Amino acid sequence: MAKEKKRKAAEEAVDGDDYIEREDEKPKKQKLILASQIKNKEKRSAVYAKLKHEKRVEKRKKIKARDAASKQALELGEEPPEKMVPRTIENTRELDETVCRPDDEELFAGNDADEFSAVLKQQTAPKVLITTCRFNSSRGPAFIKELLSVIPNAQYYKRGTYELKKIVEYAKNKEFTSIIVVHTNRREPDALLLIGLPDGPTAHFRLSNLVLRKDIKNHGNPTSHEPELVLNNFTTRLGHRVGRMIQSLFPQVPNFRGRRVVTFHNQRDFIFFRHHRYVFEVKEKKEGLKDKKSKASQGKTEKKAIARLQECGPRFTLKLVSLQHGTFDTKGGEFEWVHKVTLSHVYSHLTLD
Amino acid sequence: MQNDDVIWDVIRHHHCSYMAKIQTGNFCRNPYNVTGICNRSSCPLANSRYATIRDHDGIFYLYMKTIERAHMPNKLWERVKLPKNYMKALEIIDKHLEYWPKLLVHKIKQRLTKMTQYRIRMVKLSKKVREKIMTVPRKEVKRESRREEKALRAAQIENVIEKELLERLNKGVYPDICNYDEEIFNKLLDKNKEEEQEEEEEEEAEVEYVEGDYELEEEEELEEDIEDMGDFLKANNFDDIEGDEDDLEEQPAKKKAYVSYPLKQDDGTEKVRRKGKKVVVEVERDEDMGNRQHNAM
Repeated sequence: MAKEKKRKAAEEAVDGDDYIEREDEKPKKQKLILASQIKNKEKRSAVYAKLKHEKRVEKRKKIKARDAASKQALELGEEPPEKMVPRTIENTRELDETVCRPDDEELFAGNDADEFSAVLKQQTAPKVLITTCRFNSSRGPAFIKELLSVIPNAQYYKRGTYELKKIVEYAKNKEFTSIIVVHTNRREPDALLLIGLPDGPTAHFRLSNLVLRKDIKNHGNPTSHEPELVLNNFTTRLGHRVGRMIQSLFPQVPNFRGRRVVTFHNQRDFIFFRHHRYVFEVKEKKEGLKDKKSKASQGKTEKKAIARLQECGPRFTLKLVSLQHGTFDTKGGEFEWVHKVTLSHVYSHLTLD
Repeated sequence: MQNDDVIWDVIRHHHCSYMAKIQTGNFCRNPYNVTGICNRSSCPLANSRYATIRDHDGIFYLYMKTIERAHMPNKLWERVKLPKNYMKALEIIDKHLEYWPKLLVHKIKQRLTKMTQYRIRMVKLSKKVREKIMTVPRKEVKRESRREEKALRAAQIENVIEKELLERLNKGVYPDICNYDEEIFNKLLDKNKEEEQEEEEEEEAEVEYVEGDYELEEEEELEEDIEDMGDFLKANNFDDIEGDEDDLEEQPAKKKAYVSYPLKQDDGTEKVRRKGKKVVVEVERDEDMGNRQHNAM
C-alpha cells in the first residue's frame, strides 16, 4: 500500500510536470487534458487538488498585489486604483422601458385616476377584510393573527363555503377597501390574494418562507400605532401599481411615535415583507484608525446617528403570479399580467423591479 | 336452447365473467343489469324476459328483451326513450311493461328514481364554482426557492431599511422621537434656527411614504423645535411644532395614541430610554390639544 502510494506520488510528480510540459510543448496539436478526463480516481483527485492549490495561490497573490497598490496610492496621495465591482443581476439590467421616471406626467395622471387614489389621498380610510380558503391549516390561523396585528383596521372573517364573488359583494356592501385571502396548501399558507374594492385589481401572490413571530429570535411586540411604510425598489410601471396597491392597505397617516415600520422590499421580483420597530441612536466612531501603526489615535470621535431595528411580526416573501383587472373573476376577467415561465431565463429581465 | 335455469346453473356454479366478488357480496358488472347484484332474478343472461334503464348523455332509455328475439342477439334489446319528466317517464314504463312481473317493474322504477336523483345532482354540481387544482412542476418550485435565496442575499434588507430611516430622519419627516441624543438634536436645532429666521415654514403636500428609488410626492418639511426626553406621562409634554398643526388636524387617531401610549410597554426590548435628560420645553397651547390629558401645567 505504502509502496503504491509512493509510486503514485512519484508518478504524479513526474506526470504532473508531464502534463504541463505537454501543454507547453505542443499546445496546438494536442488537446489540454483536463483533470476530469483522467479515469483513475486517485490520480484525478491528486491532479485536481494541485490545480486548486495553484489557483488559490494565484488568487492570493493577486489580492496582495491589489492591496499593496492601493496602499501605495493612498500614501502617495493619489487615487487608489479602481475597485473591481462584481457583476450582479442588478448591475447588468437591461434598459427597461417600463421603468418609472420621476418626472413622468402620464404616471401622475394615471395615479390620480386609478383605483387606489381614493384611499391614498386619504378620502377613505382603508378597511381590510381577511379570510382564508375553504380549508384552513395548522399555520394559517397563527399567520392570520399576526397579519391582523400588522395591518391596522383589519378584520378576520371565517370562510365558510361562500363563493369568492359573493364575499366580494358582501365586502362591498360593508364598505371594505380591500380583501386579503390567505390560501393554504399542504398545511401551510401558500398564496395571498389581494382584492381591491370596489372594482379594484386582483393580485395573486405566492407566499413562501413564512416565519412567524414566535420563531424569530429576540422578537419585539408590535403596538397598535399606525405603522410607517417602506416600499423599496418598485420601479417599473407594474411594480409601481403593485406598490400602490400594497400602500392602499395601510393608513396613510403613520404614527411616528409608535416607531413601527413595515417594509415591502422588492428584489428580483420577490417582495420581502418585514416588520420592525426602530430606534435612532448615536454611535461614536473614532476616525483615523485606518493606520494601525500610529499608536496615537487622532482622537476625533465622530458621532453618527444610526438606526437600530428590532424585528417583530411575521416575515415572508411574496411573488406576483398574476394581476387581474377588476375584482376576482378568473374566467371572465382581464388579466393585466400573468407570470409565464420561459424556457430560457434571462436574468436581467425583471418585471416588478 | 334458451333455458333460464340451465343458464343460471352454469353461470353461477362455474364461471360468469360479469360477476365481481367483494367482501359484502356478489355484484354483477353487466351493463344491462337492473340492480347490479348477482342474483337469479337480476341476471340479464339468465332471464329471457328482462328490462333495464340505461343512461346515455343525460337521457334515459328503457331497454327490453323478450324471448322471441333470443336467437337474434343483434336485435335483442328494444329501446324506448324516456322523457326527462319523472312522472311522464313512470307512465311510459307502466305502459310498456304492463303485463310484466311486478317485481321487475318495481326494480326498474327504483332504478329510474335513483338515476333522476343523480342527474339533478350532477347538473347542480357543474353549475357550482369549484376550485381547480393546478400543479407546479417540481423543477420550478426548486428553481424559485433557489432564486429567492439569492435575491434575499442580494437584498440586504436590514441595511436598506436602516438607510431609508436615516434618510427620512435627516429630511425631517419625524416630528418627535423620544430617545434621541441631545448633541445631535441640538446641532439640528441650531441649523433649524437659522433656517427659521430666514423663512417661514413651508407647508407642502404631505405624503409620508417614500418609495426607495424615487420620490413622487414631496414631503412636508417639519421643524424639530422641541423634543421631549422624559416620561411622557409627566408634564411638559406638548410638542410645539409650528409646522405640525396641519398634521394634527388630520390625525384624529394620533391624539388617541398620545393619550394611551404607555412608555412601559417596551420593557423587554433592547431600547435604551434616556430618562435622565430633560429638555426644557416651550409650550404653546394648541386648540386641538384640548382633549389631551395634561397633568399639572
